[in-house]
Amino acid sequence: QVEQVKLLDRFSTSNKSLTGTLYLTATHLLFIDSSQRETWILHHHIAAVEKLPLTTSGCPLVIQCKNFRIVHFVVPRERDCHDIYNSLLQLSRTAKYEELYAFSYNPKQNESEQVKGWQLIDLAEEYKRMGVPNAYWQLSDANRDYKICETYPRELYVPRTASKPIIVGSSKFRSKGRFPVLSYYHKNKEAAICRCSQPLSGFSARCLEDEHMLQAISKANPSNRYMYVMDTRPKLNAMANRAAGKGYENEDNYSNIRFQFVGIENIHVMRSSLQKLLEVSGTRGLSVNDFLSGLENSGWLRHVKAVLDAAVFLAKAIAVESASVLVHCSDGWDRTSQVCSLGALLLDSYYRTIKGFMVLIEKDWISFGHKFSDRCCQLDGDPKEISPVFTQFLESVWNLTEQFPQAFEYNEAFLLQIHEHVHSCQFGNFLGNCQKEREELKLKEKTYSLWPFLLAEQKKYQNPLYNPDFSPELTLLEPNTVSFNFKFWRNMYHQFDRSMHPRQSMFNLIMNTSEQNKQLEEDIKELEAKIKQRNGQSDVVLGKEQAQTAPPAPVALKSPPCFPKEQPAVPGTEAVRTIEGSNAADNRYSDLVSEFSKAEPAVVSLEYGVARMTC
Amino acid sequence: MEFAELIKTPRADNVALHRPFRAALEGTLCLTGHHLIFSSRRRDKAEELWLLHSDIDSVEKRFVGSLGTIIIKCKDLRIIQLDIPGMEECLNIASSIEALSTLDSVTLMYPFFYRPMFEVLEDGWSSFLLEQEFELLSSVTNEWRLSCVNKEFSVCPSYPPVVIVPKCVDDEALRKVALFRHGGRFPVLSYYHKKNGMAMLRSSQPLTGTNGRRCKEDEKLINATLRSGRRGFVIDTRPLGVAQQARAKGGGFEQEIHYPQWRRIHKYIERFNILQESFIKLVEACNDQSHNMDRWLSKLEASNWLTHIKELLTAACLAAQCIDREGASVLVHGSEGTDSTLQVTSLAQIILDPRCRTIRGFEALVVREWLQAGHPFQQRCAQSAYSNSKQKWEAPVFLLFLECVWQIHRQFPCSFEFNEHFLIMLFEHAYASQFGTFLGNNENERAKLKLPQKTMSLWSWVNRPEELSRFQNPLYEANSLVIWPSVAPQSLQLWEGVFLRWNRPSKFLEEAEEERIHIIKYNKELQAKVNALRRQLAEMETGERARE
Repeated sequence: QVEQVKLLDRFSTSNKSLTGTLYLTATHLLFIDSSQRETWILHHHIAAVEKLPLTTSGCPLVIQCKNFRIVHFVVPRERDCHDIYNSLLQLSRTAKYEELYAFSYNPKQNESEQVKGWQLIDLAEEYKRMGVPNAYWQLSDANRDYKICETYPRELYVPRTASKPIIVGSSKFRSKGRFPVLSYYHKNKEAAICRCSQPLSGFSARCLEDEHMLQAISKANPSNRYMYVMDTRPKLNAMANRAAGKGYENEDNYSNIRFQFVGIENIHVMRSSLQKLLEVSGTRGLSVNDFLSGLENSGWLRHVKAVLDAAVFLAKAIAVESASVLVHCSDGWDRTSQVCSLGALLLDSYYRTIKGFMVLIEKDWISFGHKFSDRCCQLDGDPKEISPVFTQFLESVWNLTEQFPQAFEYNEAFLLQIHEHVHSCQFGNFLGNCQKEREELKLKEKTYSLWPFLLAEQKKYQNPLYNPDFSPELTLLEPNTVSFNFKFWRNMYHQFDRSMHPRQSMFNLIMNTSEQNKQLEEDIKELEAKIKQRNGQSDVVLGKEQAQTAPPAPVALKSPPCFPKEQPAVPGTEAVRTIEGSNAADNRYSDLVSEFSKAEPAVVSLEYGVARMTC
Repeated sequence: MEFAELIKTPRADNVALHRPFRAALEGTLCLTGHHLIFSSRRRDKAEELWLLHSDIDSVEKRFVGSLGTIIIKCKDLRIIQLDIPGMEECLNIASSIEALSTLDSVTLMYPFFYRPMFEVLEDGWSSFLLEQEFELLSSVTNEWRLSCVNKEFSVCPSYPPVVIVPKCVDDEALRKVALFRHGGRFPVLSYYHKKNGMAMLRSSQPLTGTNGRRCKEDEKLINATLRSGRRGFVIDTRPLGVAQQARAKGGGFEQEIHYPQWRRIHKYIERFNILQESFIKLVEACNDQSHNMDRWLSKLEASNWLTHIKELLTAACLAAQCIDREGASVLVHGSEGTDSTLQVTSLAQIILDPRCRTIRGFEALVVREWLQAGHPFQQRCAQSAYSNSKQKWEAPVFLLFLECVWQIHRQFPCSFEFNEHFLIMLFEHAYASQFGTFLGNNENERAKLKLPQKTMSLWSWVNRPEELSRFQNPLYEANSLVIWPSVAPQSLQLWEGVFLRWNRPSKFLEEAEEERIHIIKYNKELQAKVNALRRQLAEMETGERARE
């Protein structure tokens, strides 16, 4: 616990700050300011801690988080700062899975709830929903003991005509043994999305079993015997891989395939791209042109567009040409996961529901071995393995939600929350790199699943504009991928920088209104029922009275003696419309004026609404 | 002149009309004196397109064999294509459109011929008089007066006949001050901040010249707005260098020695052709669908459009800040005081004054701060982004203002009574309209053209209940606060409603918007119903009690 710590506003040049107390707990860093507002930071969210040179007001400490929060503390005494720094370094770096938050997190669920939570998403059920097994596709037990491929799940769907020797042979010809398997099956078109890793073709090697495998996939599609093989890498990278004995399929060796490069860059390019983007967006006093050229130089939006373009290509191949598609990159767990899952999202409206999206992530990301642990740096490891591949996937989905505001059951908050928990290590879902590892860690016994928690609070994640009839079950979503459609995702990268957001959220208002509408509908039903009931009673009464005496004055005409004043049916709209951060001091123009005043001393500098005459 | 002389081929059949993201239509094209009319003439569902010639920014023609193609680029940034069989017809039509869309004489413009098909409930020409404005002002302060010194437009040709000035300055002094200010635009009241009694004035640059001329009356006039012992701010929309150079041409700025109570802030706002070029570049970038991401971003950057938006918003926030936070009076001017000055003063009012965020209030603001204040609409909005004329007086000054309002609107979606369509409608009518409101460059010209007598006012049409309902923001809830927008680049966005309007299918976005409106409306219905039922129930209860 350290008192008198200042929390600086990241974007103010006027050193505006909040003073408060900093607490370190076993799992969180907590800052409580003088007005008792709390800022909680999970240790696992901390990406980097930096001590800046000592200033007159104290020792500055900058903490960067994986959810793009950046906090800037000033600790009055250097020794305290040093202590915090060291503690945070230790706490944020975990060496063993068992030390992660998920293993100590206890949401007060009993064992059966815990088990049920893990059973919420059932992939076998999902394959059944897609329509497999069927006449062409079957469940293979080849990988039941993770013998063929350690990073695949136990249960894999393959063409019926692919015998075990073919599977085994093919897997030996594929990097990390990741042979072609079914990722998504399109019932109506009878076409499949399959995924694998790159072939170990080198410059000339070939593998008959692998060729058979691909043939089996194309034969499993009665509507189109041609199939696409999408290599999601840039051609140059794929060619370079040949020198290492890897590479890509030679069209001459495989019958009926159309080979296509897509050109999504690798994890290292993506990592540095996001790094550049964050550097630019984190600059103080940023000009529009620096922002736009920084956005361009980072290449981030270009990469997002490339991913979405690839997904559109894939989805069209299936929906328009009824052709099956085999997708791979190098290892088949990064770009392949992005493209397969986005392609399925475009093809199947189920994945645009809250539950469906969870299933999609479980299937294409978790079960097929996207290396969440390495990519999100859950354990202290190789920094070169870190990459925002999943973040990029979420951003692509967000772009789709912007273009099709009524097509998705979930909203932006849902995407942000998932992103939060991919890094939080609070739930077991994303721990580890593959299913085998997860089983060894006994995650299902020792940790909890995220999904039931999200489902329990799904009101927060519902899109009020969602229209289930927007696209019938299997109609293709065709996004416009012209460059101007891609925007900087402010709510992701500046989620915690309140001063940059719209002051009134139209979205929240619509969401609350929509919520209120449901409540009002209930109220109406209730009131109508009551009235009906009373009408029944009074009819009886009236009938009796009429029989006995002269008709009494009609009830409705009597004005009530103390009629209650009309009240808004549900209070709460007021709260929605509060204006956050709407004061001049929160904004940047005051800073701009102060900058200007440096240039010309005879001018007033306006800061926090207090003028300092500097002449 | 007869329009018939210009129309060589009044009608062509079997013309194909191509519009972005719409299926091509086959039909008949007709030219009239003011309209290009296309009709599909199909029995089942005839579709018609009426396009004002004055809305046409540029015409291009192409030929493939005997099939001619005319590409029409409109001032509202729409591009349509007409395929006309027959080379001669096509050439004739193209040249007619060209001639009709570039008529020299104002009195030949459509507003002089337009006869409204609606009943005029309220004459928009007299909806927003400065006298009414002054009445409101008089109810809170008596420090100001209405001056008719410019009755004959003799003191300042670009000012309206009546202006509001400090009470202690008489007309004689105003005449002297007018001689000291560029174009006679002496400082007048633009906005009075009721909360603290501070005023925002606007004017043109003082004519100090190289020898530092001064004008006691000018000093007295603006000092009259200060509280004793307090300072005011002069916001000069030129950089210091430009202001200094202006002295050589007889212009200049308020010097400290003569205006000791005033602090000068130079907040540069770009002008004229630089803005027009920026506009042209931005539209070019938006219209090219083939740009890859890098090229799009670099084109967007190179257009500098969003930089202008940010600068303008920053300056307006600064002015508002001086008034609301510093409790200081402000004088805003650039050189002529007809462009950047008005952008700043009007935007500052949007920020400060809740009344300007209502429909009527915003209309009043446009009338007061743009039309009456002498923004030369006819010059500035003569051509839009597609024209090659490149006249130096053309500039999207008003569009920039509207976009800044839109940016604030986006950040405070519940604080404006009007919606985005209202702003887009104003943009369209400023460039081409059947109404006379935006004709002429100032009140003087409008009076000479007898616009109020001879043309219909835009406001007569807009303020009809059935039109108004299209422009109302269902989320609106009056907000009496000052609204401070964020001007960080991450908070600013391209105005898609204008710049991408014709460049992408908008069906899904429109449907979503409808759904939003539906949710709000439905909410109101439900609330009303719940209240009615509650009342009914209460009445029954009391009725029963009475019987007992």
